[in-house]
Amino acid sequence: MISENLPVLQVVVPLLMAPVAVLVRRPRWSWLVATAAAFWAFAVAVTLLSRVLAHGAIDYEIGGWPAPWGIAYRIDEVNAFVLVIVSTIAAVVLPYAKKSVEREVEEDRLPLFYTALTLCMTGLLGITVTGDVFNVFVFLEISSLSAYALIALGQDRRALTASYQYLIMGSIGATFIVIGIGLMYVMTGTLNMADLAQRLPGVAASRTIPVAFGFLAVGISLKLALFPLHLWLPNAYASAPSTVTAFIASTATKVAVYMLLRFFFTIFGAAFSFDVMHLDRILMPLALVAIITMSLSAIYQRNAKRLLAYSSVAQIGYMVLGISFASVFGVAAGILHLFNHALMKGALFMAMGCVMYRVGSTRVDAMSGLGRTMPFTMAAFVLGGFSLIGVPLTVGFISKWYLVRAALEQGMWPVAVVVLIGSLLAVIYVWKVVEVAYFRPAPEDHGIQEAPLAMLIPTWILVLANLWFGIDAKLTSGVAIRAAQTLLGVGR
Amino acid sequence: MSLAALAAVAVALPVVGGLVVLALGKWPNAREAATLVTSTALFLVVWSMLGPVRAGTVEGLTLVEVVPGVTLGLQVEPLGLLFALVASFLWIVTTVYSIGYMRGHHEKNQTRFYFFFAVSIAAAMGAAFSANLFTLFAFYEVLTLCTFPLVTHHGTEEARKAGRVYLGILLTTSIAFQLLAIIWTWQLAGTVDFRVGGILAGRASRGVLGALLVLFVFGVGKAAVMPFHRWLPAAMVAPTPVSALLHAVAVVKTGVFAILKISVYVFGIDLVRTLPTTPWLLWVAAATIILASLIAFTKDNLKARLAYSTISQLSYIVLGALLANPYGIIGGGMHIAMHAFGKITLFFAAGAVLVAAHETEISSMHGLGRSMPFTFGAFFVGSLSIIGLPPAGGAWSKWFLGLGTLEAGQLGLLAMLMVSSLLSLVYLLEVPIRAFFSKPPPNAHVHEGIHEAPWPSVVALLITAAATVGLFLHPEPFHELMLLVVGR
Repeated sequence: MISENLPVLQVVVPLLMAPVAVLVRRPRWSWLVATAAAFWAFAVAVTLLSRVLAHGAIDYEIGGWPAPWGIAYRIDEVNAFVLVIVSTIAAVVLPYAKKSVEREVEEDRLPLFYTALTLCMTGLLGITVTGDVFNVFVFLEISSLSAYALIALGQDRRALTASYQYLIMGSIGATFIVIGIGLMYVMTGTLNMADLAQRLPGVAASRTIPVAFGFLAVGISLKLALFPLHLWLPNAYASAPSTVTAFIASTATKVAVYMLLRFFFTIFGAAFSFDVMHLDRILMPLALVAIITMSLSAIYQRNAKRLLAYSSVAQIGYMVLGISFASVFGVAAGILHLFNHALMKGALFMAMGCVMYRVGSTRVDAMSGLGRTMPFTMAAFVLGGFSLIGVPLTVGFISKWYLVRAALEQGMWPVAVVVLIGSLLAVIYVWKVVEVAYFRPAPEDHGIQEAPLAMLIPTWILVLANLWFGIDAKLTSGVAIRAAQTLLGVGR
Repeated sequence: MSLAALAAVAVALPVVGGLVVLALGKWPNAREAATLVTSTALFLVVWSMLGPVRAGTVEGLTLVEVVPGVTLGLQVEPLGLLFALVASFLWIVTTVYSIGYMRGHHEKNQTRFYFFFAVSIAAAMGAAFSANLFTLFAFYEVLTLCTFPLVTHHGTEEARKAGRVYLGILLTTSIAFQLLAIIWTWQLAGTVDFRVGGILAGRASRGVLGALLVLFVFGVGKAAVMPFHRWLPAAMVAPTPVSALLHAVAVVKTGVFAILKISVYVFGIDLVRTLPTTPWLLWVAAATIILASLIAFTKDNLKARLAYSTISQLSYIVLGALLANPYGIIGGGMHIAMHAFGKITLFFAAGAVLVAAHETEISSMHGLGRSMPFTFGAFFVGSLSIIGLPPAGGAWSKWFLGLGTLEAGQLGLLAMLMVSSLLSLVYLLEVPIRAFFSKPPPNAHVHEGIHEAPWPSVVALLITAAATVGLFLHPEPFHELMLLVVGR
């Protein structure tokens, strides 16, 4: 029975564990509950992905109510892969969280913290798993509201304004999305994704559908922090507790990219989105501008977490760029980068969390001498940085490899050059930190030690994953290609 | 064991050795013994491949399929073996030299030094035995990153700046040009494997392929073709053994080796000859040869002068690869070996002078020859090899390169080669002449009580100097390997 109902258990179990986490009241117990929820989600996601790869897409009707009336879940290669990304990061971040949040969050708030984190994960998993657009909105609100709370728990008071800024921008985004969904419902009378995909072409000629398209495009772009709608992101990432930054940076924007794929490829269809609405003409330039300007901004940051946050906006540019090609290789590169970027940014932000734990700051200036005093943490940062740059034998290289190939395939070699220039800018901002850590002597009386193992081991798991999936990328690239084929509706 | 498995061992062995070095860090004698044992074992492994390869065996091995159609793979073929032989043999000698130098010069962080040195050698072996462009690129980048801690070994402000230039140029060229060219090749040819006769012929218009060749030549920044040569003089801030083995042999030769390999196994020499950009690139290489020689003249710092000499000599090999006729390829390949032995001797001598007399400027080396006769004698022999005069091995490679220019009907290029040889004659021989014959100026610092450098260093530089003469008498192994490359 459990096996048949896995799609809904993926969401329901963490959803029920979240209130348990607050009810047990003791921080240690809350942590155990939240960790159990993450491990459960991970196990289910891996099972679902392997099942989808072996037997094809899974349709699931909640409560046995058939599709137009009940809520349907549909899991294909695309969202099975995203489920794995979200739950993997959760399963790695939670064991790490305990030590880190003990230092960064007040003790009486810890049960609430773990509840919010579990809810945030639940929301992200829910958006991914569902086949119903209104359900997407509901889960989007669950994940967003808990994310606002999590960010507000950051140590200094800037976290409050950052959270407030994110709240305003995020709510505008969510409102736009629900308006888009409402307009589609008015025209088609359904909220089921498969039904929508069938009925939309019949009413596409109306003025309402392009308007819905526009609202959705802007709303989703806000959520995924596409340049120039990214303003909430650097503050939020920089001020949030380290654990939250590591989790949200690796998952929240990824799920937003997934929404982009789902709405514009599955529901509207690639033909309508790209041939009629010409979505690529807006996405591609914005993605290219994001890659260059945000990488440049990253170079000028003084706080390493902010630096990585700007880098994230640039990296989102890579994902959107891949998608904007609307070709198998391009979309696959985008999806692949979802996974790869989650691994690299997860590792990097977790290394920053280790620095925060010992040094109490992530200002670049405060990191002098850490190459000697925290060798494993900084080695993790260096390897994560290599991945961000796209050095061969890391996942970053695999992403670039497909992305450049996709650009060349369409004869757009200047786009390929921009992608590679983005890599070079990454060298500069990564090296900025490396030079301080390794070349500047540590201040005399600091007494800084290496981070605790409970934090180092999860960090290094992600670092090694960066290398593993960079050396043997058959699995990830294979899934990404199949997912791209599914989205574009082309043959296997 | 099969050839390909031996190649895998050759890549893995230095890494294992490096880890042992790390583990033995507290006991300097054991640590250096470990490096010596590793380097000797590596050379024996590579040496054992020579017989089968001379008999015509070529063998490949796929380590892992990275993405469908692109593998991390090794292949043993004559050109790669030649490079691996040279690098692994000189690693032994350099290790001996380093023991004298690093202790005599009281360098810090020696364990880190020996560790990254070993890993760099592993990367060079990987590049030498790479079966496709992806593998070559991967090891190329690993080599850049592993040598960075060696270049910035002293950790000073000067080292940090030099490190920036080093990394900046090597990463910029490799990512912006070389990687673009590799992915483009993959897209055009559907494969990135090295194959006899090349993979690109007929896959695109000659204009596109010509552009691709330009991207490759400038993208392999380690070949130091102007204007992307500045990283090499910058790297001279490193301890001398690094300059000697890595920046006269392993790193720079990985660059020119890559260009030879791309010319022979990716384009195919028949295609290179007909591309519209080849004549331009030939003149870029020729200009590098002459300009670098002229700059070498202006350098009073010995290591800087040697660095510019290296830039000039590297372009000889690039020129050979672009002449794309059998003589050019043979000459280029042999020059990898001949230049390596000659130049490493010169660097060893420069380091010995630094350790024994604390001198780095040529103008202040007057009269040192009398107190350090072995060092400057070896410098003289090494210089002959670089200039291309008998009885040193460099004569052979320059001979074939000259034949290559004649076969291509490029008399102008031949003249450039001759002029450059004359220039190097002057700027290199100035050093031993000053050391042996010049009298110190009246109010100059007088060298007193100076002896030869520690004996391991002197032994090392005598070995390499003797080897340059030996290679004049017996160039056959390298010559035969190159004959196999061009299929004669």
